[in-house]
Amino acid sequence: MPIFLEKRQLVTPGDLIAEGDYIAGENTYMENNKIYASRVGIVEYETKKMDVVALKSFYVPRVEDIVIGTITEVGFSGWTVDINSPYPALLRASDVLSRPFRPQKDDLPPVLDVGDLVVAKIVSYDRTHDPQLTVAEPGLGKITRGQILKVTPTKIPRVIGRKGSMISTIKQETGCNIILGVNGVVLITGKTLEDEQLAMMAILKIEEESHTTGLTDRITKMLKEAKTGKEEKKDE
Amino acid sequence: MNDKPEKLIDKKGLRLDGRKPDELRPVKLQVGVISNADGSAYIEHGKNKILAGVYGPREVHPKHLALPDRTVVKCRYHMAPFSVQERKSPAPSRREIELSKVIRESLEPAIFIEYYPRTMIDIFIEVLQADGGTRCASITAAALALADSGIPMRDLVVACAAGKVEDKIVLDLMDTEDKVGSADVPVALMPNLNAITLLQMDGTLSTDEFESAVNLALEGCKQIYALQKEALRTKYVSIKEEKEENKEGAEE
Repeated sequence: MPIFLEKRQLVTPGDLIAEGDYIAGENTYMENNKIYASRVGIVEYETKKMDVVALKSFYVPRVEDIVIGTITEVGFSGWTVDINSPYPALLRASDVLSRPFRPQKDDLPPVLDVGDLVVAKIVSYDRTHDPQLTVAEPGLGKITRGQILKVTPTKIPRVIGRKGSMISTIKQETGCNIILGVNGVVLITGKTLEDEQLAMMAILKIEEESHTTGLTDRITKMLKEAKTGKEEKKDE
Repeated sequence: MNDKPEKLIDKKGLRLDGRKPDELRPVKLQVGVISNADGSAYIEHGKNKILAGVYGPREVHPKHLALPDRTVVKCRYHMAPFSVQERKSPAPSRREIELSKVIRESLEPAIFIEYYPRTMIDIFIEVLQADGGTRCASITAAALALADSGIPMRDLVVACAAGKVEDKIVLDLMDTEDKVGSADVPVALMPNLNAITLLQMDGTLSTDEFESAVNLALEGCKQIYALQKEALRTKYVSIKEEKEENKEGAEE
């Protein structure tokens, strides 16, 4: 039962990873007891489960995911939301108004209009139905200020870092509040525009260099340098 | 350019452009060339210059074309008006429509189409310069673009042609050889699964000749496959190396 590749090796679709008694994990598939990669990515495994961490991917909805979406259409009793995935999501009016929706009295565009951004949670989704969203929970709802950033959805775990080390570093160093949508959309709200831009720069750097090692240290260094640079300016 | 050469293979056994019978034209591949597309690739196969772009999976428009159990794969092969000697009308010709279908069907087996029902994948192939064997080069480029877009695939797809020129089986026909020669066999292959996804023949070949032509084309496919993998790697490795160099520089 050999494994043909070392950890952290780059694979392309169709590359043979292992043969025999192994489990096909993320971005891999099994055929004739052999495990192949199905995306361009980096091989990771512990004991039995073979994973490929994809370098580029798109978002597939999953129930309970927190996502950030853009309203694309105002319907009769709800909104259509673009959540950066192959499927459009639906947001019901009664959910946003938190009371029964009365078609004669309630007017939807003043509540949420095309182009508005929302933080929402996916409540239902399967192969046959488009995902449905909810905003009826603390922390969810319309976004009123801050900066929006898009990264490849597979890189969100990298932005979070091991046990949240990366994201807490950025939050600490920049003083921004950051909401990571699992669909690859990131919301950054800080006290000043400079803080927000610094956090954006850090996240873009992570996306670009996500497959390299020692990234958290480099990001910390970068943020610290930017901060001292700013303070020097102030002193002058 | 349009007059027929007297001999396609000279006394030394070399072809018009100085290649040996079993030699490929130089192939150059590049991944991620169109920033607006989800995935893209560019191929230079001899004098062929082809761009491929992939979008999706995305919502199907018009909606009634959506299938409840699988992705719809759409493919458009198009030749630019300036891609050939005589100006080609930009409207899709009968040949281009057929090639679109042939290319789509040779790529579809490599895509997990059942993963994302009710969606569509768009593949656009634009031939900027043509010199024989564009369908093969298009398949090679489109497969790379698909892999680059992050669409899950069983394997990459590589294509290459072989044919008969002056009673000799040769690899990778160029335009003149294709037109003057007696047969052309394009083959597309999924190299790791060892499965052929496209096999056509134009002209006449005996059974033995056909077999050796297919085998020769498969050899060519394997050579191009190595380049394909290399192209996908370079896109990411180049970033990695650059950063590591910077890091070393910073440490010094």
